[in-house]
Amino acid sequence: MTPASLPGEPKVDVGLARAHGLTEEEYGAIEQLLGRTPTFTELGVFSVMWSEHCSYKSSRNHLKQLPMTGQGVVGGPGENAGALEIGDGLVAVFKIESHNHPSFVEPYQGAATGVGGILRDILAMGARPIASMDSLKFGALDHPRTGYLVGGVIGGIAGYGNCVGVPTVAGEVMFDHGYDSNILVNAFCLGLARREQLQSSRARGVGNPVLYVGSTTGRDGIHGASLLASAQFEPSATAMRPTVQVGDPFTEKLLIEACLEAMETGAIIAIQDMGAAGLTSSSSEMASRGGVGIELWLDKVPLREAGLVPYEILLSESQERMLLVAAKGREEELLRIFRKWDLNAAVVGCIIGEQRWRAWWRGQLVADLPADGLTEKAPVYDRPSSPPKKAMTGFRTPVKRARPSPQVALRSLLASPNVSSRRMIFRQYDWIVRGNTVVGPGGDAAVLRVKGTSRGLALKVDSNPRACARDPYLGTQATVCEAVRNVACVGARPAGITNCLNYGNPERPEIMWQFIKGIEGLRAAALAFNIPVVSGNVSFYNETEGRPIPPTPTIAVVGILDDVRKHIRHQFAQIDDLILAVRTAPPVLAASEYDCLFGNDSDEFWTVNLGRECQLVNGLIEAASLGLIRSAHDVAEGGTAVTLAEACFNSRQILGAEIVGLKSEVELFGEGPSTIIISTAPQCLAELRRIFEPLEVLVLGRVTKNPRLRIAPHIDEDVRELLRIYEGALPLSLNSRAGSKPQSEPQLSEELSRQ
Amino acid sequence: MKWVVVRFPGSLDDDDVVYALREVLAQDVSIVWHRTESLGAADCVVLPGGFSYGDYLRCGAIARFSPIMKSVKRFATEGGLVLGICNGFQILCEAHLLPGALTRNESLSFVCEMATVRVENRQTPFTNQLEIGDVLRLPIKHGEGRYVAPEHELRQLEERGQVLLRYVANDESFGAGSSPNGSMHAIAGVANERFNVFGLMPHPEHAVEALLGSTDGRKIFESITASRT
Repeated sequence: MTPASLPGEPKVDVGLARAHGLTEEEYGAIEQLLGRTPTFTELGVFSVMWSEHCSYKSSRNHLKQLPMTGQGVVGGPGENAGALEIGDGLVAVFKIESHNHPSFVEPYQGAATGVGGILRDILAMGARPIASMDSLKFGALDHPRTGYLVGGVIGGIAGYGNCVGVPTVAGEVMFDHGYDSNILVNAFCLGLARREQLQSSRARGVGNPVLYVGSTTGRDGIHGASLLASAQFEPSATAMRPTVQVGDPFTEKLLIEACLEAMETGAIIAIQDMGAAGLTSSSSEMASRGGVGIELWLDKVPLREAGLVPYEILLSESQERMLLVAAKGREEELLRIFRKWDLNAAVVGCIIGEQRWRAWWRGQLVADLPADGLTEKAPVYDRPSSPPKKAMTGFRTPVKRARPSPQVALRSLLASPNVSSRRMIFRQYDWIVRGNTVVGPGGDAAVLRVKGTSRGLALKVDSNPRACARDPYLGTQATVCEAVRNVACVGARPAGITNCLNYGNPERPEIMWQFIKGIEGLRAAALAFNIPVVSGNVSFYNETEGRPIPPTPTIAVVGILDDVRKHIRHQFAQIDDLILAVRTAPPVLAASEYDCLFGNDSDEFWTVNLGRECQLVNGLIEAASLGLIRSAHDVAEGGTAVTLAEACFNSRQILGAEIVGLKSEVELFGEGPSTIIISTAPQCLAELRRIFEPLEVLVLGRVTKNPRLRIAPHIDEDVRELLRIYEGALPLSLNSRAGSKPQSEPQLSEELSRQ
Repeated sequence: MKWVVVRFPGSLDDDDVVYALREVLAQDVSIVWHRTESLGAADCVVLPGGFSYGDYLRCGAIARFSPIMKSVKRFATEGGLVLGICNGFQILCEAHLLPGALTRNESLSFVCEMATVRVENRQTPFTNQLEIGDVLRLPIKHGEGRYVAPEHELRQLEERGQVLLRYVANDESFGAGSSPNGSMHAIAGVANERFNVFGLMPHPEHAVEALLGSTDGRKIFESITASRT
């Protein structure tokens, strides 16, 4: 039987293909692959599977450069997420993914379903999700849409994450004009499994039934992957709202429990999340990976409403659904488990020997493709790249203003939206549930204990778009260094990297150049630290009307503590401890938060010395394991002075610090790789110097009972007053600029035309 | 003694209560699925935190109709000890096993932080290992924890000593006042008139290990154990 379009469906031609986001060449390749004109359903299926979002056609060649294997990596490329052995027979599974465009169009649901999607990727590996993190980039606080987006995105993450019972333990938030019309929402999830529990996504076994479980299929999210995620924005973007999915965290919670219970039976051969491109991608990827064919009976798919046609059923991105291949004869056992949890469950197809991907509806064949036609046969592009003529910043050139005194500068920095406390955000997230959180949000990295063992896991997500805009290669290296350093600051050994690479339109050579430089930087840093990149995600087309976002590779690192009790916090803990700075290079002001607020005369930029970065990280891990340090805090936005103030903000006991030797603005507020501030008992100094050799260990001062931060000769402040500024700034700016009431949405098209 | 933890669809802190009781406090615990009709042998029944039925409609409003709730009611009527934590507290209010109601936080947003509560009555099965005026650090994490009741009922509750825990200001509340959710009379936990049913918004099960920040929740579980031995 030859598949045919259904009565009333549009005629398939190159024009229709173009409207689906396919190029003329791509449409030609489809006709050649099939030896005929595709049916309407097939065209829809190709358009999502060959989209940038699903096929990685612009990035695939370059991603091969990343070191994906290494010590402790199990599973590996081709599965939904990488897995890392952490000892005691356990594996950590983690991945970060973008949900940028949906979150801009519909912030609450966009962010919520970003969280839900990444949870299911981890679940599909056979792991129980145990922690989430998010990296968020918003436009400047004075942009009219920012308040609305912040409220929606934070609300969506909280609404979904809290209800699904996975703690949100860390994250980062940045505000900058570079993201005014294209925010970034990158969601990370970490799961834990016994090694033998890991599931496969490779379908096998002719005759094995294909099971659909979870929510019903509706019309939401159709073309989310192709038209929303794989094209740049236009002023009419809010009209794309129907392409955004709607999340139901309660069903997701049931799905997690039911899937974990079903996996225990051993009756599941393969399982995958129905994420982007829904039923189409999950079924074709499982078949293609397993080298088998698959047949889908679309009449059997549980629907949310009557009247859905094959095109819609196959392309729906309705959330909270999984597809699994069961061992023949055991399907009833599995279906019973899902029904116990009040979930839909149905046999919707079977595995066939012939390597075809077929879809049937009401006795008619509506799609019949080579099984690898949607995946391996998707186009791969080696897009041209070239450096931009002038350095792309995406950031406004800092305005040179009158320099304030250091004391005023410190206050301004503590109140800056990119430095001040994120408490008003993270106190809306449940970071406690599941009972593993040793260090929650607000520290250098989150620390989780691993029940039943002495171990702990540390996790942190970082990015540095300012540096990447100046130099995408060095900026990416510095981002990896920062995430690795943050994990080492809590005493953990960094063990695995995952990444979410956010860029503009890859069809433009200067964007492709940024991306390639980013990959090269990530590769160099990962190799230097000898840490595998276990998973990742690429998000292109982050631009609106030709204005791309600054290049933003987001890097998350997971580390292991052999003894979780030896974790280190970032606040000073003991009166009369020595305060030390250990650094790989002197700080500079260029691209710093100070630079952004007040300008800076020097254009001297930093570089990254990966060898010294490794020495710093290894020194930290050794010093922590020997119990030589009482606190460790990485110098980031705001520089050393801000870092010292944050270290005084101990919620159990506010302490002070007496510092000498930080005189100039660059010493006080400079950033760049890399400085950490540690506190230690005086008798440990010599031993620490030996451990960090040949790095510089500067004695800055000591911790005092008197709650004042004194940095001679310029700064003498009451720590409680600084804390008040630090805690009050973000609520104040969001409430006054954006209004304290829930925001109605400003008209996007008007805003864009004004710019 | 024998503890039974009820699992509703959408319960989230069920595993955490079981872990605290079984692994940390060496108690005999079992879980019952909400569709079960019988609690089996139980000395204390715990309704755990979470979002039962997604908290759709209203927190606890659907869970109170779960088949197991008939047994929980009977158990409570017969004098059995019932502890409702967070969503469990909400369910107990919805089921009229406890007075009052829990409404949206005054701030209208979810709040997760370490709260400080003061013990107001020690002559109960839930607080007998504590002293009046003891201050406990227990985490809270809820969007609808603002305790409300009519004025005359509040007065009765106070007179009879049914308010067992009350929020007090701490260093981490950053000027937000003593009650993190706007509860009337800063109420964090109340008991019924017979003092055998107790609901509280803070999570004692998340405060039983020093590694996780507080051990102050142990005394509540230890009080229950002490009252039954």
